[in-house]
Amino acid sequence: MAKFLLRRLANYVILVAVATSCAYILAAISLHPRANFEGRNPPPPEAVVDQRLTQLNLNDKTPVLQRYKTWAKGVLHGDFGKTWEGDSVNAEMARRIGVSLRLLLIATIVGGTLGVLAGAWGAIRQYEFSDHAVTMLSFVILSIPVFVLAVVLEIAAVGFNNATGAKVFEYTGEFTPGLQGGFWTHAVDRVQHLILPSLTLILGEIAIFSRYQRSAMLDVLGQDFVRTAQAKGLRRRGALLRHALRTALIPAVTYFIYNFGILIVGATFTEKIFGWHGMGEWFVDSVTRQDTNAVAAVTCFAAIMILLAGLISDVAYALLDPRIRVS
Amino acid sequence: MADPVLAVRGLTVTFPGSAGDVRAVRGIDYELQPGEVLGIVGESGSGKSASATAVTGLLPASAVVDGSIKLDGEELIGLDDARMAKVRGKRIAMVFQDPLSALTPVYTVGDQLSEAVRIHNDVSKQAARDRSVELLKLVGIPHASERADAFPHEFSGGMRQRVMIAMAIANDPDVIIADEPTTALDVTIQAQVLEVLRTARELTGAAIVMITHDLSVIAGFADRVAVMYAGRIVETGTVDEVFYSPRMPYTMGLLGAIPRADESGDRPLVPIEGTPPSLLDLPAGCPFAARCPLAFDTCREVEPALIAVGSPNHRSACHLAEKIDAGGWGPTDVFPLPDLPEAAVARVPRAEREVVLEAKDLVRHHPLLKGAVFKRQVGAVRAVDGISFDLRDGETLGLVGESGCGKTTTLLEVLELAAPQAGRIVVLGRDVSELGQSERRAMRRDVNIVFQDPMASLDPRMPVSDILAEPMRTHGMSGAKIQARIRELLRLVGLNPEHAGRYPQQYSGGQRERAGDPDALALEPELLVLDEPVSALDVSIQAGVINLLEELRARLGLSYLFVAHDLAVVRHIADRIAVMYLGKIVEIGEVTRVYESASHPYTQALLSAIPLPDPHKERARRRILLEGDLPSPADPPSGCRFRTRCPKFAGLDEDRRRRCLEEEPPLHGMDDDDHAAACHYAEALKVV
Amino acid sequence: MSVPSDQLATLLPGQKPDGQEVALDETRIASRWSLVLRRFRRRRLAMAGLLVLVFLFLLAFVGPYLSQWSYTDHDFDAFLQGPSLDHWFGTTQTGGDVYALTLRGMQKSLVIGILVALISTGVAALVGSFAGYMGGWIDRSLMWFVDLMLVLPSFLIIAILSPTFRGKTWLVFVVLLAAFLWLVTARIVRGMTISLREREYVLAARYMGVPAHRIIFRHILPNISSLLIVDATINVSAAVISETGLSYFGFGVQPPDVSLGTLIADGTQSATTYPWLFGFAAGILVALVLAVNLVGDGLRDALDPTSGF
Repeated sequence: MAKFLLRRLANYVILVAVATSCAYILAAISLHPRANFEGRNPPPPEAVVDQRLTQLNLNDKTPVLQRYKTWAKGVLHGDFGKTWEGDSVNAEMARRIGVSLRLLLIATIVGGTLGVLAGAWGAIRQYEFSDHAVTMLSFVILSIPVFVLAVVLEIAAVGFNNATGAKVFEYTGEFTPGLQGGFWTHAVDRVQHLILPSLTLILGEIAIFSRYQRSAMLDVLGQDFVRTAQAKGLRRRGALLRHALRTALIPAVTYFIYNFGILIVGATFTEKIFGWHGMGEWFVDSVTRQDTNAVAAVTCFAAIMILLAGLISDVAYALLDPRIRVS
Repeated sequence: MADPVLAVRGLTVTFPGSAGDVRAVRGIDYELQPGEVLGIVGESGSGKSASATAVTGLLPASAVVDGSIKLDGEELIGLDDARMAKVRGKRIAMVFQDPLSALTPVYTVGDQLSEAVRIHNDVSKQAARDRSVELLKLVGIPHASERADAFPHEFSGGMRQRVMIAMAIANDPDVIIADEPTTALDVTIQAQVLEVLRTARELTGAAIVMITHDLSVIAGFADRVAVMYAGRIVETGTVDEVFYSPRMPYTMGLLGAIPRADESGDRPLVPIEGTPPSLLDLPAGCPFAARCPLAFDTCREVEPALIAVGSPNHRSACHLAEKIDAGGWGPTDVFPLPDLPEAAVARVPRAEREVVLEAKDLVRHHPLLKGAVFKRQVGAVRAVDGISFDLRDGETLGLVGESGCGKTTTLLEVLELAAPQAGRIVVLGRDVSELGQSERRAMRRDVNIVFQDPMASLDPRMPVSDILAEPMRTHGMSGAKIQARIRELLRLVGLNPEHAGRYPQQYSGGQRERAGDPDALALEPELLVLDEPVSALDVSIQAGVINLLEELRARLGLSYLFVAHDLAVVRHIADRIAVMYLGKIVEIGEVTRVYESASHPYTQALLSAIPLPDPHKERARRRILLEGDLPSPADPPSGCRFRTRCPKFAGLDEDRRRRCLEEEPPLHGMDDDDHAAACHYAEALKVV
Repeated sequence: MSVPSDQLATLLPGQKPDGQEVALDETRIASRWSLVLRRFRRRRLAMAGLLVLVFLFLLAFVGPYLSQWSYTDHDFDAFLQGPSLDHWFGTTQTGGDVYALTLRGMQKSLVIGILVALISTGVAALVGSFAGYMGGWIDRSLMWFVDLMLVLPSFLIIAILSPTFRGKTWLVFVVLLAAFLWLVTARIVRGMTISLREREYVLAARYMGVPAHRIIFRHILPNISSLLIVDATINVSAAVISETGLSYFGFGVQPPDVSLGTLIADGTQSATTYPWLFGFAAGILVALVLAVNLVGDGLRDALDPTSGF
């Protein structure tokens, strides 16, 4: 068994390595960190720029393969290199992962749970008004791109703030820099900043999970064992909760794990719009700032997350579903 | 007479649908006495399942149920879910058809049984668990206390059905409703499960309503019978009355259409033409009139009521019931028997006929992969493990055995027309391992297959004419020739050539099966391979297809290699039979010889397990029941593979057992060369 | 096991006892497509979606002719004006007519969306069915390639490559979007092909000597056509969302070309004070995606193979 776990992991390592290398090479070819320096006023002399760029392994005059080798050597030692400003990519990544996690954990847990419940409810009341309502809402939310949703929420928040005269909702950043006060002041401040971006994510999560769970639940409801449970003497509600939902939760849990992994990089729009300096924001910023090493690091992170998400959710499925447990 | 435990009056069940209301049950009455077994028989669309499910109140919410269902005098229709839930599982229990999806996959079997107990009894968890283990023992599950912690998918089909029965008897119900409980099971497992049902009945004293399409099962199990057609009961009476003196043409047709394992295959089966009527739009009058040879004007105008004929409890819904009674007519008096031609080659003795197909020591192993996340090979499934047989011109060889014996794998191996993993296959005189690409393609014209499920073997996206044309086009026939051949083929199998533009779904089941034949016949093959060609069909349609296969064989000079698990059908069609078990042939020979003097214990058990549509014979029969389940084909027992379940082995002393443990018995001839069995202690026995 | 008496088959009254076919009532035999259409029409939401979609299409391609302004015009008399009789959707900071701009953007987004959907579904069908049917090393290598592409974050890669098509045609953008959108569908097609491969009519064709490519095109692909149609429809909305997302950040459609994404990006900063700059484009985008999704969902239900045909 261990042999095959290793073999699959080995395959993943190769995939990640190939993907990250592709990203690095593409970025090295397409991006121009030099422009960041040239845009300054007054522009520094070329020799200085060259020297700086070579220091950072970002010099476009160095052949791509050579830059790749330097970079790859660093990665094998665990070092992703430097940003165009000279900071450590590793340190930046660690910081940003923390930011993203703080945002995403709450959003996915709340959104996922509510979504599963909504979906199961809709399936039980299939074709009744409540089902149609949940379905329609999910559809509408899923049709609104995140950046539109975020802006709409922002507009609403501003309106609410203006109406009440107090700054209830904050929508820039994770916290107010330079805030004075004790623990509670800081906590409340963070919560105020957390609400809008979380809400943006939560709405989307509810929509996705409710659609998914509804269809998983409908599959289960069509199976005979619900009827058997009733034939034993369980009332309909008991049969649904204890037999149908319990069975339908298995795919939900695995999907939840998978979704979380994907979301870490997928919260790009939300982070960017609300000014949270997490991995998602870095996605966009690393490209707009022509930061080659950062792009490679972000790609590596994304690739690892996607593969891990798939692997862990597969394992969770095998653990939870007795039908496919590997003995 | 005591009060009936279940009394149904005027029950109707209607399913509203987008195309109209489907009146699945149109008014039925019956009574169930305490402790008796009522068999409700009907084909698909007769409404039998709907009527039974209505009793438990588990029909979908959209169904409209009307009439009266009284359990011990208490009205059930109209009760709300809470009150009905108290009745279910305690006074009325159900056993369903497919146990795999009928048991919740995420709870252990013990937990599900305990739940059944605790719903109606206020007992501790431990007490419920003890009762579960006891129930499992009662239904004959070995190692009950360990198996109680296993999940449903870890049990075989027969074992799961026993668990279902255990759940049904957990609270000593008054009525058990069994809806096609053995339909999905192999014949020997079916015999075991029916035995368990009998035990259940003795333990609880419950009355049983047994719903099935299989008349033979009813013959041995039921006390009274009700035959349903198009939503109504068309005949009812004691089992002897219905089987020995049926008074309704539909019943007579059914009884005449069933092939019997105790009769030779010389007489053709009684076919009932046409299909059951659509429940959306029933014609006026008797719903069977369109298919009934005796129908006259009144039949098409007035629907006959169920009236007594002969004895007071024997009722039949036919305007001509009394006439039939007075004349003592039987099925062959009412339905015309087709005239089946005899093949010219049948007159040539077997030894002189050309060998169409020969297999020698054929082997096929499948690698066994385990695990969903990580797939690895943990062994090999020895699906076919060295078999030899031959098939001569104009004859039909039936390969029989239960699921997992390797018969379908053998078929597919023959069809591949490629060198097998071991052994030799010779088709029409050519060794297939020597064939080149184009020779193989040419040979495919001579060997064709008819599959089991008519829906699956015809591409639903292509009209029938295209399906028929495809193989001909592949082999380069001209357009005009193809068109002519299509018309010829359709006429041959009794389908209207003008409907060639239809899609397969637009034909009825029997017509589709026949459409599968022209597909296989398009290229004028010599060898036709058939994989369970009639097992998915209703009995009344099955007879017509079987007769057709006989006729085609005679007229076109075909040879058939036939795989089936229904031994009655095989006796009817086959000239020779080979019985397979776990990848080996255990008995082979001319069909009458094998059936009349079966020599291998497995064949004997198999034949004794086949139900016969003959109540007296059924009750008098001594069944040889096999213990346990089929061993895993990946790990067959040493020596004789059958020894783990062999009743003969169980009765042997140490010395003689050793031979079975160590030495694999070869196929050796019985009294003459044509009948061989693979048993060290083979002894002929007449079991049907 | 008995075959359920399919209602469809019993629409044919069947044969007389002597074996002759009775003349059949042709009007009751429905062809497959009319049945599909009928079921689609019954889903009111899907029909509503279809109507909205048709309306949006007309608006995008006929709408510009209704207004006197084109999307490149600049009306110097009207900067940042709200919706009025003259400028139905208002004007931008440079006097551009928002109505014309929005419609132009919609055209671009629609065209890109449809092209991407068609290409990606087509490629997915081919790759998936061949991988699934052939098996062996063809299957393994194709799937490894799909895995690799799935691991690459599409957004990032397209963003990185966006400078290469700056100034060139937006078709490159279409190809890039399609290149990432076909992956998941290919896997699903492969899975379905593998299960269809063992179906009896495919086996029968194989045993009759029909060559592989013909089997794939004549038996396998038509039988997953429902999946492909639904997938193509959903892909349109996915493509539109991807395109607008990328354009929002400047990685997609480049100025002077407009798409809904660029318009929304331009309007976001001033969304609270000048809502018409943001609102119309956003509203039309949401309506478009919603309509496509409703139609796709309705198609899926109408083509559902488990309900008879």
